[in-house]
Amino acid sequence: MAHVLDSILLMPWIRSSVLSDYDPVEVTPLHADELARAEADALAAIKSAADLDELKQVRLAHAGDRSPIALANREIGALPPAARAEAGKRIGAARKAVAEAISVRQGELEAERDARVLVEETVDVTLPWDRRPPGARHPLTTLQERIADCFVAMGYEVAEGPELEAEWFNFDALNIATDHPARSDHDTFFVESHDSGMVLRTQTSPVQIRALLSRPLPVYVISPGKVFRTDELDATHTPVFHQVEGLAVDKGLTMAHLKGTLDRFAEVMFGEGIRTRFRPNYFPFTEPSAEMDLLCFVCRGTSATPGNPPCRTCKSEGWIEWGGCGMVNPRVLIACGVDPAVYSGFAFGMGIERTLMFRHNAEDMRDMVEGDVRFTLPFGMEV
Amino acid sequence: MKVPLSWLREHVDLPDAVTAHEIADKLTAAGLKLESITSYGHEIKNVVAGRVLAIEELAGFKKPIRHCLVEVGEAAPREIVCGATNFEVGAVVPVALPGAVLPGGFEIGSRKTYGRLSDGMICSEAELGVADSSPGILTLPADTPIGTDVVELLGLREEVLELEITPDCGYALSIRGVAREAATAFGVAFRDPASAALPAATGPSYPASIADPTACDRFVLRSVSGFDPSAESPLWMRVRLARAGMRPVSLAVDVTNYVMLELGQPLHAFDRTRLQGEIVVRRAGAGETLETLDHVVRTLNPEDILITDDSGPISMAGTMGGLATEINDASTEIVVEAAHFSATGIARESRRHNLVSEASKRFERGVDRELPLVASWRAVELLVELGSGQSSAEVTLADVDVAPVAIAIPADHPDRVAGVHYGRETVIRRLEQVGCVVTDGVLPPPAGGVGVAATGVVTSADLREKLAVGDASHDGMITVTPPSWRPDLTDPNDLAEEVIRLEGYASLPSLLPAAPAGAGLTEEQRLRRRVGRALALSGYVEVLSYPFIGVRDLDGLQLGAEDPRRRAARLVNPLSDDEPLMRTTLLPGLLKTLVRNVGRGFADVSLFETGLVYRPRPDAPDRAPVLSVDRRPTEEELAEIEAALPGQPVRVAVVLAGEFDRPGWWGRGRAAAWSDAVEAARVVAREAGVALDVRADQHEPWHPGRCAALYVGETLVGHAGELHPRVIEAYGLPPRTAAMELELSRLEPSGPAETPRVSAYPVATQDVALIVPADTPVAAVEAALRAGAGDLLESIRLFDVYTGAQIGEGDKSLAYTMRFRAPDRTLTVEETTAARDAAVAEAAARLAARLRT
Repeated sequence: MAHVLDSILLMPWIRSSVLSDYDPVEVTPLHADELARAEADALAAIKSAADLDELKQVRLAHAGDRSPIALANREIGALPPAARAEAGKRIGAARKAVAEAISVRQGELEAERDARVLVEETVDVTLPWDRRPPGARHPLTTLQERIADCFVAMGYEVAEGPELEAEWFNFDALNIATDHPARSDHDTFFVESHDSGMVLRTQTSPVQIRALLSRPLPVYVISPGKVFRTDELDATHTPVFHQVEGLAVDKGLTMAHLKGTLDRFAEVMFGEGIRTRFRPNYFPFTEPSAEMDLLCFVCRGTSATPGNPPCRTCKSEGWIEWGGCGMVNPRVLIACGVDPAVYSGFAFGMGIERTLMFRHNAEDMRDMVEGDVRFTLPFGMEV
Repeated sequence: MKVPLSWLREHVDLPDAVTAHEIADKLTAAGLKLESITSYGHEIKNVVAGRVLAIEELAGFKKPIRHCLVEVGEAAPREIVCGATNFEVGAVVPVALPGAVLPGGFEIGSRKTYGRLSDGMICSEAELGVADSSPGILTLPADTPIGTDVVELLGLREEVLELEITPDCGYALSIRGVAREAATAFGVAFRDPASAALPAATGPSYPASIADPTACDRFVLRSVSGFDPSAESPLWMRVRLARAGMRPVSLAVDVTNYVMLELGQPLHAFDRTRLQGEIVVRRAGAGETLETLDHVVRTLNPEDILITDDSGPISMAGTMGGLATEINDASTEIVVEAAHFSATGIARESRRHNLVSEASKRFERGVDRELPLVASWRAVELLVELGSGQSSAEVTLADVDVAPVAIAIPADHPDRVAGVHYGRETVIRRLEQVGCVVTDGVLPPPAGGVGVAATGVVTSADLREKLAVGDASHDGMITVTPPSWRPDLTDPNDLAEEVIRLEGYASLPSLLPAAPAGAGLTEEQRLRRRVGRALALSGYVEVLSYPFIGVRDLDGLQLGAEDPRRRAARLVNPLSDDEPLMRTTLLPGLLKTLVRNVGRGFADVSLFETGLVYRPRPDAPDRAPVLSVDRRPTEEELAEIEAALPGQPVRVAVVLAGEFDRPGWWGRGRAAAWSDAVEAARVVAREAGVALDVRADQHEPWHPGRCAALYVGETLVGHAGELHPRVIEAYGLPPRTAAMELELSRLEPSGPAETPRVSAYPVATQDVALIVPADTPVAAVEAALRAGAGDLLESIRLFDVYTGAQIGEGDKSLAYTMRFRAPDRTLTVEETTAARDAAVAEAAARLAARLRT
């Protein structure tokens, strides 16, 4: 737009109409034929102006303050009043014709110039710009967030607890007896000594206990986090992994509510149409207990039928275990001071690594723990 | 638990057409999850019974070779060369005809060998896939019809279900238990192998008593005399044991294992002639030892449950027998032991001695207390039937009076747990299918002791009261007495689960509860997300490293001996002895991950991690108390636990090396530097909405001249800068690696942001250049300028730092752009200049700054 403004500012009549510019030099009033010639000269010069600079010179010469037409215009005031109108009319017409011609030519030349300049300014837009490439968040973190969002949308809150946990929270309060095999070196990291009462939590379930002890009823919480078991790292095991624990304790909660909640969770994680299976299992902290299985995402369950190709992912069972769940064992409620005659609840725990494997076809848990940027970067900010 | 289907079908009338997969599906739905199905014998073809008509011994070979004529039910007998010698003319043997396929896809054809035609193969047990190895060929009963399909005849075609049995389901570690579940699942008849009639007892079989009723509440002995120790286990029994995963040993041992697999009762056989005096079940005494069957002399623990006689310990109860009293290949007088030991006791004993046996697995999970009399009799019958000898109706029964468990529940309790209307009739029918006795109303608790509390969970009267749902005043109460084989059924919800699982988990409706409105994420949770996102957008890649470290990692950080980060929680059983400690700083894990990435060809790496560090409190007690579970703990008890646990604040840290800004067609790159690390802290602080005060500091592991302490107000929240060269060397890091670590838990979330008032009046800009001593922190200069400039100052920005010839030695010049604006008027030149002069004057007063002219 700049050149348009320029041309407006340069319009000669704007200046010549300013009376303070009046120059009292005596000039000879133009005759009609002289005026016509001046106009013709001007139009020819305008037409032949090859670029904007030339046009600028032309304008100064033919439409400037010292141009013949402008000088003639000045002399109108000196004419006898009777002649003024007629002379003014003629000169005005000439000036208008010249100005219009300049304006037209200005437009033509500007268009030419613009076209040329824009071509000259062309760049290679395919050049890369990876001056500071963005990093990425770990998919296990963002998956936990996505899970939390799913439950927050259902009214749950996110509860947290320590990772180096008291045995009472990790085991006893969850109805895991002193002699339970999980409470041995084969499963559990003990801290300081075997009788310090402190372990690295083996599950996120102690957060259930903390939530029940610290929150008013009813309680609807989800608790994603790190857990520890004494497994060596391999493709499907890691001693440090992540779980998400869910707990709901309210009046009148049933297994149907548990199933509905997990069905919804599965849909949010794996998409509409995901098929789930609920089957009996045993956990000390839930009774009744169930395992939530997903239809194998690789063979879609077909490998379980004899004669079909086997499936490594589900070991040809057709289903893969997603996580354990059940109705909170009333003994657990009692340890938290909740009356099982009034309240019931459900709880569930899913492995985040497994969920990532199912949802994103990740094959090797070692990739999740090694911190190789090639693994993490493609996941970006969300998973 | 491996279940051969032929064995299962003996006890449950499964329709013939039902496949192994269909059975497995139903069992899985009932809670006995399928692990795998293995088919045996289906690949074996064309093996028939043949009679040996003639044997010619071939001479001149390194081993005996026979050329046989064998009648196989065809027009003419076949010539077969055989290397075994354990058969005579007239013997009936399995013959693999040409075209036969043996286990492993081994094909038999006609071939020339040892100079003769061999038109098939005479098979051993191993060749038929029945045993791992066999000394000679298998001889069949003489009356076996010639030409019969041997696979069919011997029942070698078998499908075996391997089921995963949960720890509460001891009863399902038997054909009996699985058959009961299968019968219920298919709605067909179940024939209980434990329902055999017992002979009337005629007196004790061998003197025995229980000295410790907490160790054992039933102890049964029966005996067989005149047993033939040379008798072998029949093929069918050996095949079944092998299919069920147990190695055949000898008839006496095989019989005890067979009965255990069938009924679920572990048995032990003693050689009566090697017993001395009365058998007593007791706990170990101090210093006692026992040499067990595996020839290991074991030092016993005072809690170990033992079978003893006058000579001392003779067997570790339910775990492993002793060597001295074991039956051997000469034993003719056998005493069979069947007992009900404490589940907890056996579990501990097994773990203490690292001895897991088929017996201990069953006792740990709970064995039917009514089985010892039946199982011991079944074993005696089999021993006599297969190994001759004489049974005796004499039986030793040492017993503790144990009351059955009775649980009163409202009949609709399962309905209320499931959220399904089953109805009273269904509930009662299902409980009865489980084996429970159900009576209307609330019965008084049965008399008797508690026995060895099979599930290992002590149920006090008080706890039972708290667990009760409904009492005699409720309508529709039923009293349920679980069967002896279900010691896991103790609580109302256990009964609910039985009904729900038998009705089918698949039929549970799917409903969403109406949860109350939640408060969403907490400020801390939101902050952690924002910090993660902001750092990632700044170029950092998140890692989740293991929190295990070693002293070497702390040494590598150049921490002093008294550095509080050396006070770390220690694992008793770390995965690696090099890393027994829990991290007190995030840096070791990040630095090692950085080195790994550099080693994999990524020289330009910037990483971050958010996670807990574990900081034991110096004055913490040694133990976190293990509280009772039959009530809510008191606040004091909970406080005691918390006092023992280490502090576990959330930290965020970054490490970076190589080029942080990359070179490219736009120009040069820029190496990662201390300033990026400090900026990462500012990114975090910005997300937290707090002003970060950066001060020079000296703090390991940072470079003493390039280390910033990070403050919010007067709270130290972290450090940032370039790492100490010695740290870089110790960890093998790229030169000038920089790092930041900050404790997110120390950032107080700021409240809602104050809305700024945006002035519509024009800005007035003034540049100043100040000369200050080179060691003056820039942050102090800016603070002085801000303080001096007053409220009219809108912003201040350092745009140049200069040292060199144009200013004095030991000084530096700092050039600032100051922007002034008033909320209510256009500032005059005089006002702006006055504000700027005041700013410069304040800097002069505080820091001896001079205006550069």
